[in-house]
Amino acid sequence: MADLRNTFVGIKSPNPFWLASAPPTDKAYNVERAFKAGWGGVVWKTLGEEGPPVVNVNGPRYGAIWGADRRLLGLNNIELITDRDLYTNLREMKQVKMNWPDRALIASIMVPCEEESWKAILPLVEETGADGIELNFGCPHGMSERGMGAAVGQVPEYIEMVVRWCKQYTRMPVITKLTPNITDIRKPARAAKAGGTDAVSLINTINSIVSVDLDNFAPNPTVGGKGTHGGYCGPAVKPIALNMVAEIARDPETRGLPISGIGGITTWRDAAEFLALGAGNVQVCTAAMTYGFKIVQEMITGLSSWMDAKGHRSLDDIIARAVPNVTDWQYLNLNYIAKAHIDQDACIKCGRCHIACEDTSHQAITQFVDGVRHFEVMEDECVGCNLCVNVCPVENCITMVGLEPGVLDQRTGKPVDPNYANWTTHPNNPMARQAAE
Amino acid sequence: MGTTQSGIHRGRLAPAEYETNFSDLHPRLDDHEALVAADRCYFCYDAPCMTACPTSIDIPMFIRQISTGNPIGSAKTIFDQNILGGMCARVCPTETLCEQACVRNTAEHRPVEIGRLQRYATDVAMTENKHFYERAARTGKAVAVVGAGPAGLACAHRLAMNGHDVVIFEAREKAGGLNEYGIATYKAVDDFAQAEVDYVLSIGGIEVKNGLKLGRDFTLADLTANFDAVFLGMGLAGVNALGAEGENLPGVVDAVDFIAELRQATDKATIPVGRRVVVIGGGMTAIDAAVQAKLLGAEEVTICYRRGKEHMNASEFEQDLAASKGVMIRHWLQPKRVIARDGHVAGIEVEYTEMRDGKLTGTGETGVLAADQIFKAIGQTFETGGLGSLAMAGNRIAIDAEGRTSIANVWAGGDCVKSGEDLTVTSVAQGRDAADSINRMLAAGAQPAVAVA
Repeated sequence: MADLRNTFVGIKSPNPFWLASAPPTDKAYNVERAFKAGWGGVVWKTLGEEGPPVVNVNGPRYGAIWGADRRLLGLNNIELITDRDLYTNLREMKQVKMNWPDRALIASIMVPCEEESWKAILPLVEETGADGIELNFGCPHGMSERGMGAAVGQVPEYIEMVVRWCKQYTRMPVITKLTPNITDIRKPARAAKAGGTDAVSLINTINSIVSVDLDNFAPNPTVGGKGTHGGYCGPAVKPIALNMVAEIARDPETRGLPISGIGGITTWRDAAEFLALGAGNVQVCTAAMTYGFKIVQEMITGLSSWMDAKGHRSLDDIIARAVPNVTDWQYLNLNYIAKAHIDQDACIKCGRCHIACEDTSHQAITQFVDGVRHFEVMEDECVGCNLCVNVCPVENCITMVGLEPGVLDQRTGKPVDPNYANWTTHPNNPMARQAAE
Repeated sequence: MGTTQSGIHRGRLAPAEYETNFSDLHPRLDDHEALVAADRCYFCYDAPCMTACPTSIDIPMFIRQISTGNPIGSAKTIFDQNILGGMCARVCPTETLCEQACVRNTAEHRPVEIGRLQRYATDVAMTENKHFYERAARTGKAVAVVGAGPAGLACAHRLAMNGHDVVIFEAREKAGGLNEYGIATYKAVDDFAQAEVDYVLSIGGIEVKNGLKLGRDFTLADLTANFDAVFLGMGLAGVNALGAEGENLPGVVDAVDFIAELRQATDKATIPVGRRVVVIGGGMTAIDAAVQAKLLGAEEVTICYRRGKEHMNASEFEQDLAASKGVMIRHWLQPKRVIARDGHVAGIEVEYTEMRDGKLTGTGETGVLAADQIFKAIGQTFETGGLGSLAMAGNRIAIDAEGRTSIANVWAGGDCVKSGEDLTVTSVAQGRDAADSINRMLAAGAQPAVAVA
């Protein structure tokens, strides 16, 4: 059996699956249920300053987009940080940590961007026995209008400053949660590192309007006839999150900085992908909000089975394994040539590959052969783009097959060159670096 | 009364049982069911289902319109090709047409429920009384249509759309043809056939004259003399005889008459049925009669077909339906003699058959099935009358690809022509296409149209 035990910035948990700071972790009742279901840790829903708590809207807080059969693909929310009293939260956190000493319990914090505010709350949190803190620099709605959340996360200098305060006033590990609502994710990550953060976590939610109510001409969710942008999460954001995690993992300035991966993780496979791209553990929210806490059991057994099947004994065997294979476009091998291949036994003859290729790409898939409906790749036209693979409704029916060196590429009429060659040296590139004579 | 009293009797069941037995076979999908079913469509390119549909409905498009919450647009996609799309959704043997061609069969052996989705969309539009077509400016041309069945209605609608004035001559009391008189009750409940006739006729410019029969009340020559064009869309009025001794005994009934009578009866309890019923035949009519005899409270219903299961014209789905209702289907049996007792049917002597040298032959082995009612369902024939010198092919009217007959300005379609299918949907396609052909002729300025010499 693969060993799923996880240590992240010194915090131990029985598996790498934490619940992200969000509605599922707002109170002891939910967190206790989550731990019973098997979650390795939780990041408690973000605590605010002492005093009257924030208030939430009393209308709808969520919007969504769906795939076939109303499968939830993307969720958007306009909920704020915890709207419960600070001391109620702290009391419950302390009790839960006592009840579940083997699970990770992290406090997410968001207070005004003033040293005194951070200095005041940190000892209160430390007293609960929490394993660490996560700085919420990501919340994109509501709190950002008040100079907190994403308003901090979008200014690297503020990030560095606040992280520095936290490292100064607490012994707890500091995880800095980043907002994706920024052009270059490496900048806030570098700032967090400069401030001394122990780790970054990402992504927080993405600014979004999920849909428009066409009867009332207002964004959804609509609160009394008006809507506002929310934070987007769920399976739809996973590709954006994966890229941002990889960017930080392979940036020379932040390489090695622990990353807690967040963004649309719904299955064990999603989690494995984040780990492979450099995340030290993962955080989940939307999957739990869609299916309940039991979903973690699929993630645990799925990750474990896959690791066993592949001979990976511990998480260290997979973490960051894909990072060296993430590169810039300019370094991709232009001499690698692949062609689509359609498995005729698996083909159901829907014709989607044909029409996608015919209408929008390279006219490389037949519709009829000898007068019979038959979809086949014409290798002399196929550029290997992979669109047909992606639109085919049958998994593994169409696959990309790389041509062996020396084999004739029917499209170009030339044999496949066995040598690696990329854009930097390509004759069409005006900036090409010529090899020394 | 119950099911076990011998003889032919009405009122075998309690009123609630009739109600249940003759309710909708496949109720309309609700909105949620329709969305789930529609989500399964792959939106195939040059979709095989569309090719398999005799009226070439753009099936992927109408299903996509359902899935995007646009059932009205979906209905228009259907009606553009098939104005009787509502009835076709109920009676088409989809399992041998669109749904057989569905690519989902290849991987999962379960097609998209195209028929039920079509019914969903057309029901939404018809319930909301949405009409999509208006008449073009009147052309002043008049076209006679004989028969208000699927072919005649489809033809009349398309002609009216093009601005021509149409008169339909219908022999029976109501319009609709087999949709009204020939479909099992549970396939078209709530008087759907008449609702559909009203829906089709609402375009205007179509007058239906009931009770006028070709050959009895008027001739084809009368029509060609008084109209710019004629479309013949008659059904099959004759019924094949058993060719067995005793077939004129009371208790031996034409299945088509039984089906028609049942459809017209507001109270099904008024329709008498035997305790033991034997149906001779292997097509849809045999199934419809047998199933409904069972639903009326017959204790025992047996279909006797003189060939094997694989030769039956009734679809697999229909055969399964009959079996599920308790009908016994027996193969390789042909009728030999109706047995009488006290001047009434008491049974039927049947003979086993086999294929010998490629020919169906009786084996000589016989047996007797007890029966107090026997339905003949061995095919219908086209009764010619009033057609003058019109050329025939086999026993039906000869037409070319556009539906033109041997006589100038006379078209034909539906069961009265030789198409080999005898399906509602085929009749609709033929009526529609003939209308387009007629319209082209009229628009071209009355070039006489003769194709079949």
